[in-house]
Amino acid sequence: MTNNLEKLPKDSFERITIDSTHAEKITKPSLSFWQDAWLRIRKNKAAIISMFILAFIVIMAFVGPYMVKFDPQEVNVTHANLPPKIPGLEKWGIADGQGKLGTKTLDIYEVKKIDEYYWFGTDSLGRDLFSRLWMGTRISLYIALVAAIIDVFIGVLYGGISAYYGGRTDDIMQRIVEVLIGIPTLVIVILMLLVMEPGIWAIIIAISITGWIGMSRIVRGQVLKFKNQEFVLAAKTLGASDSRIIGKHLLPNIMAIIIINMMFTIPTAIFFEAFLSFIGLGLQAPAASLGTLINDGYKFLEYQPHMLFFPAVLISLLMIAFNLIGDGLRDALDPKMKD
Amino acid sequence: MEKVIEVKNLELSFHTFAGEVKAIRGVNFEVNKGETLAIVGESGSGKSVTTKSIMRLLPESSTEFKNGEILFGGKDLLKISEKEMQKVRGKDISMIFQDPMTSLNPTMPIGRQIMEPLLKHQKLSKADARKKSIELLGLVGMPKPELRMKQYPHQFSGGQRQRIVIAVALACNPKLLIADEPTTALDVTIQGQILELMKDLQQKIDTSIIFITHDLGVVANVADRVAVMYGGQIVEVGTVDEIFYNPQHPYTWGLLSSMPSLDAAEDKLYAIPGTPPDLLAPPKGDAFALRSEYALKIDLEQTPPMFKVSDTHYAATWLLHPDAPQVDPPVGIVERMKTFPGSRYYTGNAGGAN
Amino acid sequence: MTKYITKRVVYMFLSLFLIASFTFILMKLLPGSPLASAAKLSVEQREVVYEKYGLNDPIPVQYVRYMGNLVQGDFGTSFQYKNVDVSYLIVKKLKYSAILGAQAIFVGTIIGIILGMIAALKQNTIWDYGSTIVAILGISIPSFVFAALLQYVFAVHWQILPVGLWDGWTSSILPSIALAMGPIAIAARFIRTEMIEVLSSDYIMLAKAKGANWFEIAFKHAFRNALIPLVTVLGPVAAGLLTGSLVVEQIFAIPGIGEQFVKSINSNDFSVIMGTTMFFSVFLIVIILIVDILYGIIDPRIRLAGGDK
Repeated sequence: MTNNLEKLPKDSFERITIDSTHAEKITKPSLSFWQDAWLRIRKNKAAIISMFILAFIVIMAFVGPYMVKFDPQEVNVTHANLPPKIPGLEKWGIADGQGKLGTKTLDIYEVKKIDEYYWFGTDSLGRDLFSRLWMGTRISLYIALVAAIIDVFIGVLYGGISAYYGGRTDDIMQRIVEVLIGIPTLVIVILMLLVMEPGIWAIIIAISITGWIGMSRIVRGQVLKFKNQEFVLAAKTLGASDSRIIGKHLLPNIMAIIIINMMFTIPTAIFFEAFLSFIGLGLQAPAASLGTLINDGYKFLEYQPHMLFFPAVLISLLMIAFNLIGDGLRDALDPKMKD
Repeated sequence: MEKVIEVKNLELSFHTFAGEVKAIRGVNFEVNKGETLAIVGESGSGKSVTTKSIMRLLPESSTEFKNGEILFGGKDLLKISEKEMQKVRGKDISMIFQDPMTSLNPTMPIGRQIMEPLLKHQKLSKADARKKSIELLGLVGMPKPELRMKQYPHQFSGGQRQRIVIAVALACNPKLLIADEPTTALDVTIQGQILELMKDLQQKIDTSIIFITHDLGVVANVADRVAVMYGGQIVEVGTVDEIFYNPQHPYTWGLLSSMPSLDAAEDKLYAIPGTPPDLLAPPKGDAFALRSEYALKIDLEQTPPMFKVSDTHYAATWLLHPDAPQVDPPVGIVERMKTFPGSRYYTGNAGGAN
Repeated sequence: MTKYITKRVVYMFLSLFLIASFTFILMKLLPGSPLASAAKLSVEQREVVYEKYGLNDPIPVQYVRYMGNLVQGDFGTSFQYKNVDVSYLIVKKLKYSAILGAQAIFVGTIIGIILGMIAALKQNTIWDYGSTIVAILGISIPSFVFAALLQYVFAVHWQILPVGLWDGWTSSILPSIALAMGPIAIAARFIRTEMIEVLSSDYIMLAKAKGANWFEIAFKHAFRNALIPLVTVLGPVAAGLLTGSLVVEQIFAIPGIGEQFVKSINSNDFSVIMGTTMFFSVFLIVIILIVDILYGIIDPRIRLAGGDK
């Protein structure tokens, strides 16, 4: 075993001093929490694709209505019930203006002598569905986003106060929540909409009236977890004020959970808006949202399937994208999953 | 002496999110019949991974065996099929884990958990398996075993649960028992009881034990031989006396010095500086050199081979090379070495140095 | 355990009380009188009707009477259908909704469990991805979109199943499938996550160390531990089914409670709306309570921890 060792040069056995602090050197580059999260989510293809789809839908919700010359609310009865016709695609046999008239399938545009192209067709009142779709998407997104923000705001405030002050305050606040949580969302939302003037804000209020409870419970749990941890106690001993502890120590730590939850609140709100419009409690004509468009489309499903097709696909895409981004964020931000 | 198991030149890596972790980098050891080998080291030194690779319990998707063999009963455990391996696990080799609070199935009565290996490997009838299980529970010192068979794990204390896990492990009279830090999660008083129980049982059923621990106090209590692991390698191996009273590797010195003792003169406890090596990019040469005050130039260039100290004692440090300078170990170690016949500081009864 | 159940029952009644009071206040707040639709009535006739329904009494008296009736299960009479008790209406319609709901939750949960098990045991294979895609679609696609799609494909296009209305069991197939998507997705996701967590636990490692094979580990040790917590999502699943039933029953014209509810919303039949919301609330709250108690019974950790007290 020692044979080949004889050849070693003598001077290699000199003693050396090593500053042992070198051994403490951290070899990996130091990453901030968000950088680390970004590295993780970048590997999640589904979440990245969803982000692109979502970005595309959001952009279209703003520019879509202006891409065509039709007004989303303008009624033109002579142009009613037109199937989709898109220049370029018509040669391929899709979106070529073919539709059923009675029992025959023929080019409706030719029959009605219409030169314009309605990309996604028109509804029974001759309104352009392309601009209506994006207009509706904009409103649905707006409702969902505002409702989610309200949920987060109230939820964080309620849960945070309850947990941070603890004791009697927490007791009372949690008893209230325990009673409220028993009330089914569906019931309360429908009752609220019955009394309020129909409109965007009625829907937002109805959705957020119970929506904040879930968020408040999560925030409370998180704050309770962190507020007794050493770094917070240390900050307290050093004389940090309440606002500093909340702002500098607690909020950054619960931010991830809040964001993840918001990602799941938004699709829930989109769904509820569509659901309410579908059962006739949502927006009133001529305003459009994804829900009212689906409702309109469903009524003509048998003869004008395109009317349902586009808003149904869009709402599904939106929901899938939000859910996948939420999943991706949860995997990326939840420190439990780190290996 | 009959070898129960022989691990030869084991090398394995984990493929993780951050890259390849070279967890085990050439490990050799054997366990003889009836003896207890303790494997000592810091967390992350590879001691648990070594034993889990014997049982092939590492996640298959991320583990890569790069080299080596594990010889047990004439077979290389790394080569046999999963089906054959299932016949070895629990029958010839069994294992006790660190945390008794989580190592029993919470929704299964403990009786069924003890009976399981008996039904599977020894093909006992249900009634016989039940009888044997009650016997086993009695053997591990559980009072009123018949009554407790139907109870669930959460109805037992940590120490009792570890006794149950031991009963499960001993059910089929294994040739080799692997105990992975079996006392770490327990209270000190309970620790003593469990160690006594294990020593007692070993004599009764004549099994070999691999005992993994980071606690040298436990080692002195239970082991016949000790292997010291550092950075995925064994750096020193010898009998308990050799390791405790004639240690050769600076890491072993560090470990021994950081052990609290009642009669220690200094009131400050020694701590090894620095942190264990990052096995994503293991250092060249002697992995411990960066934390050692006895480092040689060559430590940073070449990995030291195992130098023989005695027939049973080997250490991987360049300090044992004939060309290496004489260094004096820390005072506490020198004190220990003075009492060991054969060490260079041995004073014997006459008190003269050699 | 008894103490816990008592506490939960008290909260349950508080929640119900709150909902009942809330509905009463809303009813009083509603623009116009509940009989506004019957505006053709003369002043004298209206007086008679008001007297009959007790609408001339002071609000607190009306409130007490309303609550008293509720406790006896009397939700009043429908405004739309003359002399039809709301309770009778609900009971009559309940059968269809119950069939759909039971089929959806039963079949959906079983399919979901199977999908989740496959995904967890064959992690990161095509099976896993397939089951995950089904779960994501089930959670994301609104039930009414899915119901409309099913109806268009199977009933309108291929014409192999009824388009709607209740005409025997075949009528229940499509709406049940539409409703089952939610339970499938939720159960599949939940079981997958639970199984993966359980499979990485110490006791599974010990079972492996005992020499258990793949099948014993998956079914004897892991499955039960992953399945027990599934009970906790039954509450949200039931709530989702209820929401779904409103639209799915409407799409398939199933004469169930959901369809009746939507109809009463559109025709301002307030006593039916109030009665149905109360019924829904009681249903969901009781389900959640049962689930909670059930969880305590089937999980030995909770069962005995509670029993010791």
